[in-house]
Order: sequence, then structure tokens, then C-alpha cells
Amino acid sequence: MRSGIFAGLLLATVSATAAFAQGAPIKLANVAELSGGGATVGNNWKNGIDLAIEEVNAKGGLLGRKLEVTHADSQSNPGVARAQVQKALDNEPYVLLGPGYSGSVKVTSPLAAEAGIAQIMGGEAAELTQGGNKFLFRTSFGQQSSMPKVAKYINDELKAKSVAIVWVNNDFGKGGRDVITKEFAKYNIKVAADISTEAGQADFAADVSKIKAAAPDVVFVYVNEEESARMLKELKRQAITVPLVGETTLVGQKVVELAGDAANGARGHVGLTTDAPVDLVKAFREKFVKKYNYVPDHNGLKGYLAIYMIKATTEKMGKVDSKAFADNLHGLTIKAASEPGILMDVTFDEKGDIDRQGFLVEIVEGKQVVKQVLPKLN
Amino acid sequence: MSNLLDLLVAGLATGAIYALVAVGFTLLWQTSQTINFAQGEFVMLPAFLMLAVMHAGAPFWLAIILGILLSLLLLGLGFKLLLVDPMLRHGVLPLAIATMALAIGMKEAVKQFFSAEASPFPSIVPAGDVSILGRVVSLQSLGVLALAIAVVIGLTALLNRTSIGHQMQATAQNPTVARIIGVPVERMILLTFLINAFLVALASLLITPIYLAKFSSGEVLGQAAFIAAIVGGFNQVRGAIAGGLLIGVVDNLAAAYVSTQYRAAVPLILLIVIILFRPQGLLGRPEERTV
Repeated sequence: MRSGIFAGLLLATVSATAAFAQGAPIKLANVAELSGGGATVGNNWKNGIDLAIEEVNAKGGLLGRKLEVTHADSQSNPGVARAQVQKALDNEPYVLLGPGYSGSVKVTSPLAAEAGIAQIMGGEAAELTQGGNKFLFRTSFGQQSSMPKVAKYINDELKAKSVAIVWVNNDFGKGGRDVITKEFAKYNIKVAADISTEAGQADFAADVSKIKAAAPDVVFVYVNEEESARMLKELKRQAITVPLVGETTLVGQKVVELAGDAANGARGHVGLTTDAPVDLVKAFREKFVKKYNYVPDHNGLKGYLAIYMIKATTEKMGKVDSKAFADNLHGLTIKAASEPGILMDVTFDEKGDIDRQGFLVEIVEGKQVVKQVLPKLN
Repeated sequence: MSNLLDLLVAGLATGAIYALVAVGFTLLWQTSQTINFAQGEFVMLPAFLMLAVMHAGAPFWLAIILGILLSLLLLGLGFKLLLVDPMLRHGVLPLAIATMALAIGMKEAVKQFFSAEASPFPSIVPAGDVSILGRVVSLQSLGVLALAIAVVIGLTALLNRTSIGHQMQATAQNPTVARIIGVPVERMILLTFLINAFLVALASLLITPIYLAKFSSGEVLGQAAFIAAIVGGFNQVRGAIAGGLLIGVVDNLAAAYVSTQYRAAVPLILLIVIILFRPQGLLGRPEERTV
């Protein structure tokens, strides 16, 4: 009788524990640039994550469990990012989200890999996914994918013979500058001025004077969002009229907001834009604007997509297993038809790089206008 | 040569703004021995005050007026009464440290209550270009330069040609004697705090369209203006003006002809050279303060 009661209690305890585990929230950790030079990047990324989590939870969660995220501020500083990631990993999250800055990703990715936790991040530096880290995943194109498209556009469409390159002296900027310089060499485009700038730089008068003196056919600008806005204003102030070409960081929503009229005419390749002629992206934009009262840039999209990458991969596995997560995301194709939150069909390769359609855009009267859709490769 | 002209115009325009801020440094030091390490943040805040007024629906011109008035109240009167007066009796160093704490507090407060992200800020000078010596020069650069020079000339006239200016100078040179001869010393000190608040509000209005409104934008400005004040002469308004213009030009030339990475070091090297060979600054005079 006594042993029967004990067995009954044990069974009840095990059942209760199992039920609790089944219903316990899935913990995610986000470390992003919530202040400092990358605040635009980090806050868009964070808001995208929060929006997606709200949606997933409203529909019953992931495999019946709610998603829960903690946000930590890297202050746009790689040293702080590393400390925050270590702290986040100590709490054993299912997946680590962020950071957005390539320099911060570079110093934090070994920590996540060592812990065996998948890291979905916003960095775009080419080298990030070239080092054999099996736990690192992009949310947008790396420079090795985007720069050849930009160089081809400058050669084929703008017929440029010389170009001034303005880049920010950090991992992101240097990586982009190195890749595009090689691409320009393939087309015999001369680099008339090679100008490095500092992260957080406020005054670009001297840099633009150098560009003016070099008289290039095109100016290629590859600095972060706030610096892009200051650069565009200074280029306008000094009456530079040649085409200004860049990547997402030159033609993003925040840049347009900050630079005002000076952003008009800027062109660039973007992997993600809320102006994309894609119905699901338009719907995302509406939801984001409704919740946050501003139009997100590509970082908002990246954060949103990161959560749906987790959802699609976990549903494919049929279980919440942080150790198996990375293996299952490698080689995975997620179709927007089956998972609308992913917005556009996407494939992840063995390095964690992505294949998805991209866009060539131009800023016209303060708005991104998609000039060309570049299809998904495979 | 043409490139040099561009650099000089841009450098003078930035330098003129540094000069406005540096003049505030010297005024506060001369009248109340206050070294305000929050001076950069004092430039940052008025832009946010103006933005807050605009967000409330006011037009830009009204935001400028209210922003300047609020600056006079907070950064002039409030700063003196709530921080300088209670701290100064404990010496210059505790006050200097208190202003450092104030700088951190102001940055964090703006980050907390406004945003950590940069915000656009309208320019009072219209966009456009004019041709000078065959070179296209932006109206904004010229406008900033002209306005800053006008304010500096006005301030110099106030100090040198008016009774109030003479009383302020007397207060700066020897407050005890000034008090004996009937100068309302306390009122003159308060006036310098209000003038400083006006200057930083004006500097904010001129620089923020270029640097964007951001909680951290005062860091660079505060450092540049502090260096300018020392290089020019911490105890002379004309020294601060010269120092500001010089630092603006040197910074731009260094970025163009030395390197962007080392541009921040060049004004500091200039500062070291000045301290070694002319400690009172280019236009300063050796301290004659009695103990």
C-alpha cells in the first residue's frame, strides 16, 4: 500500500515536471547595438525580433511553447558585446541572436561555437562565415555575395572608369573595401581615391574635399548608417554631383530620414528592403509601422527573419534541441509559401551564408525605389 | 590649391563653432573658476530641447526661441545655482569632477528620454552654393561662418565697449576690488553663465544639422573646444576665438594631408607644443590672480 502511494506520487511528480517542461518558454538571447554608433542597427534588429516573437506567441508559440527573449546592449563596442554574449550563454539560450556589427560578431562567434549554440546575426563582413564556424548564420547577404553585384552595376550601367571608395575603418568596412577593390580590378576600374573614415566620425568635410580633388566617375560609400547620412550631407554641401553608389547602409530608411534631400539619387544593392515588390514584405512593413510608428530599415527585417528561421528549423526538427539546431539549418530551404514569416524563399548553405533574391534601389524624392530585382541563384 | 580653399572654408566654418563653445569655457573660467567638462553636452542638449518643442507641434522658428530660452534657464541659471554655487566653495577640482558627472548624466538622460539613435535636425541656413574665386562653396558653410563671426564680434563689443562688459571684465580680473568699487559681482557672474548658455545654444543650432542630433555628439565638440581654449589662451576671449578657428582648420588639414586616423591626434600635439613653449596660450596672458 505504502509503495503504491510512493509510486503514485513519483508518477505524479514526473508527469508534472514533464508537463512543466513542455510548457516552459523557449529562451532566446539577443545581444545588439542598442546604444552607441550602431543604435540604429541594434534597435531595428531588436524591434524586428520582438514583433516576430509577438506573432509566434499569439499563434500558440513554437511547438506549443512560448518564445521568450532577453535583450542586452553591446553599446556598439566589441568588448562589451563579448562580455554580454558570455553572460547570455551562461543562461543557456536555445539560440543566440545578434550582434549586428561584424566586428562584434567576429569576437563573439567563437564563444557561441564553443558552447554549441547557434548564433543568428546581422553582420555582413565576408570573412565571418569563411572560418569554418558551424554555428554561425547570416540573415542577409555577406559582402562576397553583394559586392560583385555592385561592381557589375557600376561597370555595366554607370560605365565608370574611375571610382572613389569611402569606407569605415572597422571589420565591416575593411571587408567590403577589400572585396570591391578586387572586383573593380576585374573590370579595370581605377580607384582614384581610397578614403578610410572612422566609426562615429562626425565631420566629413576633409574626406569630401579629397573626393572632389580626385574627380572620380562614381563615389562608392561603405560606412555605417549615421555616418552615411553625414557623408551624403557633406557630399551635397560640397556639390559633388557624380553617382553615389553603396550597399544597404547607404540607402536604408534611417539614412534617408537623417540625410533628407541629400539622400536623393543615392543608389545601392540591398538584400532586404521594406520597399521590395513582395506582398509579404509589404505586409511586414505595415505591421511594423503599426507597432513602432516608423518605417524599419533592413535591420528590422533581419531581426524579424531571425525568429522565423528559428521557427522553421525547429518545426522541421519537431523538437527543441539547441545542439541539433545548427546541423538542421545548414542546407535548409525555407519557402515563403509554407512559412510566410520568412517573407522570401531562402536557402542556407553549409557555411551559414544565404541565397535569396536581392534588389538594386535608388532614392527618389526621399523614398527607396526598386530599379531591378536580382533573382535567387538556386 | 583649389582643394586647399575648400578645406579652409570648411575648417573655418567648423572652427567658428568651436570658437563659440571655447569662448564659453573662458568666460566661465575667468569669472567663476569653473572648468565645465560638460560643455560639449551643453551643446548637445539645446538641439534636443528644440526637437522636443518641434515634436510638440511648434514651428522651427518658435522651437529655436524656446530652445534658447530653455537653455538659458537650464544651462545658465540652473547650472550656476544647482551645481556651481554649492560645489565651488569646495574648490575647483570637485567642481570640475561634478561637471564630468553632469556630462554623463546629461548623455544618459537624453538617451533614456529621447533616443540612443541620431535624429535629423533642420538647418537655419538654406541649402545651395555660391561661386568664390571660381570654386563652388556651400551656402551652409558660409552661413555658419558668418553667423558665428557676427556673434563673436557682438560679444567682443559687449565686453569691450559697454559698461556691463567692463564690469564683467573687472569681475574676472579681481572680484574683491570689483566689489569694493560697486560692481554687482554676483550679477556679473550670473550674466556670464547666461552668455555661455546662449553661445552653446547657438553652437547647437549651427552644428547639429551637420553632426545630427545624438546624445553622444557633445564628446567631440567638448574636447575640441577645450583644446581650442587652451591653445588660444584660457583667460582671453580673443584667444578662445583664435584657438577655435585654428583647431577647426588644423583638424581639416590634418584629415586631408596627414590621415583620417591621426586627425584627432594633431590638435592634441599642437596642445602639447603650446603648453611646453607658451603655457598661457597663443593670445593668453600669464595668470595674475592673487591668492
